[in-house]
Amino acid sequence: MPITRDDVRRVAQLARLRLTPAEEERLTADLGHILDHFARLQALDTRDVPPMAVVEDFGALLRPDAVRNPPASDELLANAPAREGRRFRVPKIIE
Amino acid sequence: MGTLHELSVRDAAERVRRRDVSAVDLARAALARIAAVEPRLGAFLTLDETGAVAAAEAVDRRIAAGEDAGVLAGVPIAVKDVICTKGLRTTAGSRILERFVPPHDATVTARLRDAGAVIVGKTSCDEFAMGSSNENSAYGPVRNPWDPARVPGGSSGGSGAAVAAGECHGALGTDTGGSIRLPAAYCGVVGLKPTYGRVSRFGVIAYASSLDQVGPFARDVADAAVLLEAIAGPDPADSTAAPRPVPSYLAALDGSVRGLRLGLPREYFVEGMQREVADAVRAAVGTLARLGAAVEEVSLPHTEYAIATYYLIATAEASSNLARYDGVRYGLRIPEKSLGDMYEATRAAGFGAEVKRRIMLGTYALSAGYYDAYYLKAQQVRTLVRRDFEAALARCDALVAPVAPTTAFRLGEKVDDPLTMYLSDIFTISVNLAGLPGLSLPCGADAAGLPIGLQVIGRPFDEATVLRVGYAYEQATEWHRRRPPL
Repeated sequence: MPITRDDVRRVAQLARLRLTPAEEERLTADLGHILDHFARLQALDTRDVPPMAVVEDFGALLRPDAVRNPPASDELLANAPAREGRRFRVPKIIE
Repeated sequence: MGTLHELSVRDAAERVRRRDVSAVDLARAALARIAAVEPRLGAFLTLDETGAVAAAEAVDRRIAAGEDAGVLAGVPIAVKDVICTKGLRTTAGSRILERFVPPHDATVTARLRDAGAVIVGKTSCDEFAMGSSNENSAYGPVRNPWDPARVPGGSSGGSGAAVAAGECHGALGTDTGGSIRLPAAYCGVVGLKPTYGRVSRFGVIAYASSLDQVGPFARDVADAAVLLEAIAGPDPADSTAAPRPVPSYLAALDGSVRGLRLGLPREYFVEGMQREVADAVRAAVGTLARLGAAVEEVSLPHTEYAIATYYLIATAEASSNLARYDGVRYGLRIPEKSLGDMYEATRAAGFGAEVKRRIMLGTYALSAGYYDAYYLKAQQVRTLVRRDFEAALARCDALVAPVAPTTAFRLGEKVDDPLTMYLSDIFTISVNLAGLPGLSLPCGADAAGLPIGLQVIGRPFDEATVLRVGYAYEQATEWHRRRPPL
């Protein structure tokens, strides 16, 4: 499955990455090269092998239902790139 | 007797508790060492002189008041910059978090502080812990203390270099595919990646959540045991932290490997690896055999598939984890008229080339039409890799292997060839896929004097045996006493 420049553009859009033409070209080559190497996985017969998402599943761990005091909103807002009062300021979403 | 910055973690804490030396003196010695060598290394991204001295003063006050100041009382420790430190800038080596100041401590940070440790600063790393050489940091490379023309290994390169250079007595790193063990090997120190779930990940900036694990760097195995004991254990804030009690790792170090069965994986001695590395590791295995261990060859047949498996799973998880960097709540924002444009511009400006490459690879592997062929396939092969280890560790108490095929490579040598860079992780990556503990400790040097690392791999949650093997080896050899010519 060779990767094309159109694939790279489509994936960049999914990933919300704005790429320069030079980056598109470089990534088309890099990803192609990397995926070529990764094609070796297709040679393995995994028909009856279950996929592994986690190493060990401890089930639903519950913590004590105790009151905790997370950082106050002022501390959280201190990292906001733009704020207005006690809110995060963002560009208008709905016209 | 050496100078203060050369003390082990155990000795330093013991002297502080006995009031032979003050925590403030230890902190000042570490800061002086940092001032002396840091211009040649670049191991730190942020220093906290004021915070370190204040923390040390608090330890001294507790001791003067007759209180227990903790097992790490007054010991200067460095923390990798993907681990949150309240009030102290945490960048993950990325421009996108250049001005991020965490509102809380990671659980491991809080546990260090509770044990009396003095945090001197934040160590450099590859951006979001993605790299094998530390060259992907947005703030410049770290130099290997043994040779400034060489990399310290990645992604926890700053932690490895700082401990080797005596800038701190121990450090924390994270290991997703080898990011503790590789820099430990390249810098000639001890590094331990614990079992997945042994240590809380709360407050650790996520790269690949099914693989990430925090662990210690130290100058000997007993120090690594002490640090692990301080940070390990269940955490109400992380449901992947195992609900298992933490044993005394220090007590497990009895100096003996007699009666242990050690496996030597044949796939970890490959064509093209540096001859001196293979020789040093085989010599170390010979030493362990002379000390009474039974050594046998084992096979991990799916080793050759591990790099592909890892880089599909890790990048898929990364593409999801890094979706949060959108310029809304924290981090960099590039203002644009629409929200979508703001996301794209912010991420374009904030992420470096390797991070973009991995987000792209992971997004591709998860996208419609490719999911089964890449992501699902990799998850299935991950099961096969895990089964390889289960079979080998059913016969053996631990496995011994090289950490990397070569000693530290030159800065710039692999930056233009991502696949070759990925292959640096060939002997470390399977351990993360299988979720096992892996220890790296010095076992030799090449002709240029560069350190060689021995890897000890154990059963899940059996860090005690892994550390015991490492400690017995250390007792019989001198490699851990070598220091870089700084």
